[in-house]
Amino acid sequence: MAAPFSAEQQKKFDEEMEKYLARFPEGRKRAAILPALHLVQDLIGWIPDEAMVEVAKKCETTPEQVREVASFYVMYFLEPKGKHVVDVCTNISCALRGAETLLAHLQEKLGVELGETTADGLITLREFECMGACGNAPVLQVDSRFHMDMTLEKADRLIESLRSQAGKK
Amino acid sequence: MAQRILTQNWYKPGYNSLEGYQAEGGFSSLRRVLAMKPDEVIEAVKVSNLRGRGGAGFPTGLKWSFVPKESPKPKYLCVNADESEPGTYKDRVLIEQDPFSLMEGIAIACWALGVHTAYIYIRGEFLEQAELLEKAVADCYAAGIFGKSVLDSGHALDVYVHRGAGAYICGEETGLLNSLEGGKGWPRLKPPFPAISGLFGSPTVVNNVETIATLPTIFRIGPQEYASIGAEKSGGTRLVCVSGHVNKPGVYEIPMDLTFNDLIHDEKWCGGIPGGRKVKAVIPGGSSAPVLRWDELDVAAEYEALKVKDNMAGSGAVVVMDETTCMVRALWRISKFYAEESCGQCTPCREGTPWMERVLRKIEEGQGEMKDLDLLMSVARAIAPYPPIGLGTTICALGDAAALPVQSFVMKFREEFEQHIREHRCPFPHPFGKFAEEVVRK
Repeated sequence: MAAPFSAEQQKKFDEEMEKYLARFPEGRKRAAILPALHLVQDLIGWIPDEAMVEVAKKCETTPEQVREVASFYVMYFLEPKGKHVVDVCTNISCALRGAETLLAHLQEKLGVELGETTADGLITLREFECMGACGNAPVLQVDSRFHMDMTLEKADRLIESLRSQAGKK
Repeated sequence: MAQRILTQNWYKPGYNSLEGYQAEGGFSSLRRVLAMKPDEVIEAVKVSNLRGRGGAGFPTGLKWSFVPKESPKPKYLCVNADESEPGTYKDRVLIEQDPFSLMEGIAIACWALGVHTAYIYIRGEFLEQAELLEKAVADCYAAGIFGKSVLDSGHALDVYVHRGAGAYICGEETGLLNSLEGGKGWPRLKPPFPAISGLFGSPTVVNNVETIATLPTIFRIGPQEYASIGAEKSGGTRLVCVSGHVNKPGVYEIPMDLTFNDLIHDEKWCGGIPGGRKVKAVIPGGSSAPVLRWDELDVAAEYEALKVKDNMAGSGAVVVMDETTCMVRALWRISKFYAEESCGQCTPCREGTPWMERVLRKIEEGQGEMKDLDLLMSVARAIAPYPPIGLGTTICALGDAAALPVQSFVMKFREEFEQHIREHRCPFPHPFGKFAEEVVRK
């Protein structure tokens, strides 16, 4: 199996994992799986099988156990995703403030179905459950950071800014 | 505004920093507590009548008293910051506005319980809030509040922030423990309760963010005073977070005797319904709670007052729906959530939640038959018959949480369900209300 990390990524992975593993008692290092998977995703954008093997070694468990955990939680991507992930809440509080209309608008603007990534690889659009910002509904997150009190107009501006940032680089 | 004892410093510039918190007298409660015996602290929390703010409303002091005094194993505190109950956002705002009352509360609880390691389990989506907490924890270490000797008391305390990764079930306390141990968030059979065998098989207390963050207030004003502010069996004030069709949604610290009608309509609070429309329905304590009809809103938003109405104060999430909202669509959206979030461990919930969701979608899309209503009720009853609350057939309360809305919506708004079936369509031009369209197209 090919190594999942570059040398630089490996160094960062080792350093951070040392910190996480120290938080748990001997024989309980499996508890570091969730932070380890977040770390992998931060480093390489998603969680390939090869990285699960590395996580398993650090956490004194099996790759199968790591996969079981990784596949249980919606924030882990087991396939490559877009550069940015836009998660739109459509649960009750957001729906009462127009979230369905907002999501349909974003789908049309981006030309994708739910869960899909734009052809340029820039944005993955997902429908999401309650994010805990219901007093500022409707809300969405870009890469787990909140954008509140959304309107169609604000959503348009947000997408444009993601596109222009990508264009500059 | 009524008496504020928890949120009086929120939104003051700098208050959410260590210096700002200390400038308002922060950590004086911890100093007071460190001069008390741990047993006295637990007794004081009992006297305060503080009830858990996560959803179940269990008396906090009583929960603490179940932890064995002498334990050969280490004991743990887990702060439940997995705020995921639809409609609930009070803990997020608390973390943003007042992270150090949470830090102080953690130190108080750990002294009382003889705990040397605490974990704050925060939902993965609260990335920014996890960063705030990491900073607050680091500041407390630097100030000698956490670490080898809490404020030179000789009591060692380590505190860690641990991020979840997107699963509602991890808010259930034993699901949280399994997740924290690095597993799927499957709830555990109880007993044994976490106080006896929790994290890593050790005695563990799991408390909600608001519960822990209230401790400094209790020891500032005194437990008797705290109890006297509240209702007979519910001390203090509580946070509610209002969303949906109100003019001023937000987190409010309310007295225990405030009714939903006053909370929703009074200018001091939410200031009524946009467009002067009327209320049709209110979810009083998160989407798991049975719905209240417009004519049931003179009840106080307090644990016991709601309990006698076969309802629950829950997580403090108040979701308001105006007269233009479709009850079938609202319930369908809630049921879709539970179908998505059922962990799959128990058959009634795993099979029943998507079944209810499908039947509701069928009715909302105009394909329903009258017998579907009986089917819906029978599936819901097989998960958790209602009323009363608490008869669920599954390991954890997610099953109840899915079954209570279904039964209460159908019982209280049956005519609207039948109208969908009779007319083979949803009669509402904007199922989530006219306001939903107005506000998003602004």
